[in-house]
Amino acid sequence: MSAVRDFRNVSLAVGWRTLHNVLHNPSLLLPGILFPLLNFVAFFGGLSRLRHLPGFDYPPGYAGFQFSFVLLQSAAFGGVFTGFGIARDFEYGFSRRLLLASPRRSGLIAGYALGALIRWLINASVVTAVAFAAGMRIKGSVPDVAGMYLLAVLVNVAFLFWACGVAMRFQSVQAGPIMQTPVFLILFFAPVYVPLKLLQGWIHGVASGNPITRVLEASRGLLAGQPVEVGAAYLVATGLIFVLGMWAVFNLRHAEAKG
Amino acid sequence: MTETALQVYHLARRSVLRQARQPANVVAPVIFPLALLAVNSGGLQPATSIPGFPADRFVAFALAIPFMQGALFATMNAGTDLARDIQTGFLSRLSLTPVRGIALVLGQLAGVGFVATIQAVVYVAVAYAVGVHPRAGAAGVVVLLGLAIAIAIGFGAVGVFMALRTGTGESVQGLFPLLFVFLIISSMNFPRNLIEVGWFRWLATANPVSYLIEGLRSLVIEGWNGEALALAFTISAALITIALAACGLALRTRMTRT
Repeated sequence: MSAVRDFRNVSLAVGWRTLHNVLHNPSLLLPGILFPLLNFVAFFGGLSRLRHLPGFDYPPGYAGFQFSFVLLQSAAFGGVFTGFGIARDFEYGFSRRLLLASPRRSGLIAGYALGALIRWLINASVVTAVAFAAGMRIKGSVPDVAGMYLLAVLVNVAFLFWACGVAMRFQSVQAGPIMQTPVFLILFFAPVYVPLKLLQGWIHGVASGNPITRVLEASRGLLAGQPVEVGAAYLVATGLIFVLGMWAVFNLRHAEAKG
Repeated sequence: MTETALQVYHLARRSVLRQARQPANVVAPVIFPLALLAVNSGGLQPATSIPGFPADRFVAFALAIPFMQGALFATMNAGTDLARDIQTGFLSRLSLTPVRGIALVLGQLAGVGFVATIQAVVYVAVAYAVGVHPRAGAAGVVVLLGLAIAIAIGFGAVGVFMALRTGTGESVQGLFPLLFVFLIISSMNFPRNLIEVGWFRWLATANPVSYLIEGLRSLVIEGWNGEALALAFTISAALITIALAACGLALRTRMTRT
């Protein structure tokens, strides 16, 4: 029981601190909100005509089509942006004190994940409100939409684990590009602008093999009330959490050993 | 060589060497826009089947975007380097010498021009490598390079102004999202006449960055379009003029000689 209590105390303390830092510093809060919003504005505003392409049939409209992507993007980058804070904690030496003070150090990762999740919920609320304002129509049932948001939560946790691992390995904000570039690429190598079936050439092959495509297609299907590949999407998301969670724990041990 | 020209030469040499010695400053502005070009031109190729779309291949239509993104990176690099000079006291020591403020700004912009030239040459080479031949021919490529460098210097001057005004690298970096907004709310991904959402089309039309992109793009997909080129060169000249004037004002306080 003591171990559970220690884990919970460390998680809640680190989660609260992460959230407190973000909420009291607009320069940390705003990029996480503005980045997906700007993408939504650019994609929905600039590319809506793509919905007239033969074979493009998506009931929630182009706003909904882009919302599904931007929601996942905000979730993934919510995790990555929290990783910047972890790296900063290492640079300033705060993490060394955290490691010394924590009776259950795995609680640090859980705490960062908790902070990242609540931070992302704020971002997701704003993105959702803007998508509604842009004319998004939800065709899915309540469980469908809940399933879509749950997928995004899993993506948030998975990429927080990724960024947390990188931050603990390199212990510097200069590792920022290592945190965000792979995430950026894996997201944009999915069918961002048009459905997978309309992609041609090499990008079709890459998108078909990209695991995030399963998550994105399922998310869009749930929003449209026409679920597709939901099982595969959850399998991918939980698989990412498992693998990247191991990566985070491995690098926590590395940070502990480094002292 | 006049004294001012000599000062510009030495500061330009320092700026160019500084850029060349930081591979990240040269490589990132080349690689990142090309990666985005690959992703977008693959994902948006179906757009070319929309009636009225001005190109058969989206990569040709989108080739102008890396030039603009490269210019944004140049802004950040120029501004951040000068901010570092301010923070480390180099500028204060420089103000004890007879060096003129304009020499400092022009020298700094030489580094921007150096990186912009490398970027532009690589982008054009990549275009040829993927089978995109600018419709304006060899002379058009020369004009394309000139316009790209002019745009980069214009944005670079904005970065220099920000550094002189604020004196911190963080503030210069904070400018990036603002400039990025100008880029994405433009005719970057679609021709303005085909943008369906009214407010977005209006913003893209009011946004001068659209005309810079369209000037570059015209040389690749249309050939010689006098109106597009005149607009692009006029806007880049205006950007350079306004930004340099603002730098001059900022220098009065930043390089106060006592």
